[in-house]
Amino acid sequence: MGDVVKYLSDAGTRAALWSMLLDHVWLSLLPLVISVVLAVVLGLVCHRYRRLNGFVVGLSNVVYTIPSLALFAIIPAVIGTQVLNPVNVVLALTIYTTALLVRPVVEALNAVPAHVTAAATAMGFRPWRRFLTVELPLSVPVLAAGVRVGSVSNISLVSVGALIGTGGLGTLFTDGFRQRYLAPIAIGIVLTLALALVVDLLLVGLRNLVTPWARAGRA
Amino acid sequence: MKRTLTVIVAAAALAVSACGSKEDLSGSDQQAASGEVVVGSADFTENKILAEVYAGALKTTGAKVSVKSGIGARELVVKALQDKSLGVVPEYTGNLLNYFDKANAKTTPDEVYAALKEKTPAGLEVLAKSPAEDKDVLVVTKETADSGVKSIADLGDNKYVLGAAGEWAQRWQGKVKELYGVTFKEVKTTDAGGPVTVDALKDGSAQVVNLYTTSADIKANNFVELTDPKSMYPAQNIVPLLRSDAVDAKGKAVLDKVSQALTTEKLAELVKRVDVDKETVANVAADFLKTAAIG
Amino acid sequence: MIFADAFAWLLDAANWTGSRSIPVRVGVHLLYCLGAVLGAAAIAVPLGLYVGHTGRGGVLLVGGSNALRALPTLGLVTFLYLVAGGGQVGVLIGLVVLAVPPILAGAYAGIQDVDRGVVDAARGMGMTGAQRLWRVELPNALPLLVGGLRNATLQVVATASVAAYVGIETLGRPLLDGLRVLDYGQFVGGAVLVALLAVVLDVVLALVGKLVIPRGLRLSARPRRRAKAPRVG
Repeated sequence: MGDVVKYLSDAGTRAALWSMLLDHVWLSLLPLVISVVLAVVLGLVCHRYRRLNGFVVGLSNVVYTIPSLALFAIIPAVIGTQVLNPVNVVLALTIYTTALLVRPVVEALNAVPAHVTAAATAMGFRPWRRFLTVELPLSVPVLAAGVRVGSVSNISLVSVGALIGTGGLGTLFTDGFRQRYLAPIAIGIVLTLALALVVDLLLVGLRNLVTPWARAGRA
Repeated sequence: MKRTLTVIVAAAALAVSACGSKEDLSGSDQQAASGEVVVGSADFTENKILAEVYAGALKTTGAKVSVKSGIGARELVVKALQDKSLGVVPEYTGNLLNYFDKANAKTTPDEVYAALKEKTPAGLEVLAKSPAEDKDVLVVTKETADSGVKSIADLGDNKYVLGAAGEWAQRWQGKVKELYGVTFKEVKTTDAGGPVTVDALKDGSAQVVNLYTTSADIKANNFVELTDPKSMYPAQNIVPLLRSDAVDAKGKAVLDKVSQALTTEKLAELVKRVDVDKETVANVAADFLKTAAIG
Repeated sequence: MIFADAFAWLLDAANWTGSRSIPVRVGVHLLYCLGAVLGAAAIAVPLGLYVGHTGRGGVLLVGGSNALRALPTLGLVTFLYLVAGGGQVGVLIGLVVLAVPPILAGAYAGIQDVDRGVVDAARGMGMTGAQRLWRVELPNALPLLVGGLRNATLQVVATASVAAYVGIETLGRPLLDGLRVLDYGQFVGGAVLVALLAVVLDVVLALVGKLVIPRGLRLSARPRRRAKAPRVG
């Protein structure tokens, strides 16, 4: 504990912590945002062309078995980015998160009751409007559950990037380890947990905001 | 249906271009050769301190400098220099030469440095070498040393387990056999002079490990350095390796001044202050620059 | 051409013998994964069954298991290495922590999901609480429980690679070593092995699931819930 205080007493260290935290935030959340868009698009495609379902879900399962560490470093070799480019980590996490989200999105879209879509069609909704205003909103709770899982997992995964030099708070683990210094590691763990918690609360708030009917039902 | 399809395609295109532009953004961020010098370092304390020292020194010339530390081994660092992720890195003459010239047999500081200048690929360059050195060294526990192991030559044939970083086997296993006729029961991968390596020696899972001469762990644990009479490990003077267009003449001059001011003892002291006394790399580097009257 | 290098590495006879060989590393990797999943199951299955059966502590359980999911494995492993003075215990604990949430979720959701009508019928037949748990709820919960075990295994296998950082000879070794010297063959070869191992174990567990799950409740009949767990490695 005394070590933690001593560690935090240095202004330069605090500034470095802050910048690692910021790195961590965007490295973990940017992929989340991109993935939501990609997963919805892919989900829609699968929803319309059900034959693709098996293929996309199967692919997402395979993607899931690749170790993150490997993906972080294979990406630059495949797409020719710079080795230390944070894009590698962002892209890897985007791939994982999309794989994580596609399946629930497809299932949620398929689970929209037929009488609901029929009612919307009867009201004169064109397919595209029906998708945006009826089917997509109804699948938000499921999507939100997936996004929450994705955010927690991304926030904890970014740390692994420290092993290749782009790790946000993960750098605290490798640095602390080499110095045999528990303070930075403990602080890294606490900050990661706190970040996950804050983001999760924000996501729950956001979900409640966009699904007012769910709240009305609960009350 | 047709309309839906069009919309899907448009949305997909948007998503793809969104990712694409993000990539460009970060890419240009790194490539900002227009003024910003990125100093990189490998993933061990001494190299990190040196990177901070270089960065601090370069700042005094008015350059915009950032530090990217803890990157990994030489192969990764050199690649990052070439693809412009980095501008300058603190390097070690011998290992760098062996990297550029696999067939190298030179070992003394001046020979190594001369050959290094010659072998450094176009676009990159090394500045003047520092008298400070941080060599690879094989160390054993005091007990092993007392049992008569003083030099690498005493390690014998198939007697001990050696612990070192992953690339050691590839670089040195053949050489140690050729020069000293020494083979090991096993070459264990530990880490590059970090806790795993030191603990392997302490708990006996390895009887010989590869550390670095400025490591604070050697003294702290009473480890004994083995002599290297046939100079297997080449000289390892500290030297700035840079991409020629990344640093201007003023910057190069101040880096030369840093190299002159550094000695092996000073370097070891800086490392100890970080690894043992838990001072920050940035503060230790700033102190050094102050006492050396740079900036 | 990266994959050609990887195949060359995988087929190189030198990588198949000695103490640093692929079989040894696969063995070590498997051992840690097995230990972690079994250890996690020993903790999570009873806990999940208890909470699911009694309905007490559900909120605490979900919150706690989400917090566990956010724990960065690399941080935990390095922390425990320094505290315990060695990597083995730390890696094992780190992997157990990783495997607990998905198994817990599977066990808990499995019991929760059992049709209330079925449980009531069992009660009506005069079954005691324990009888209901063992003879009605548990068999009905098996599909989700096995799903949880499969998720946990997948993650543990991928994450055990990180153990190489603290000096343990798992399949993470070629990953980290290959990375240090940018030897893509070694690196991708290691990644392929980890992925293969994950797929093989998943198939094995799926088969085991087929054997233990009563025929009336095959997962295929109700595929809705085997959502993927978060990925931590």
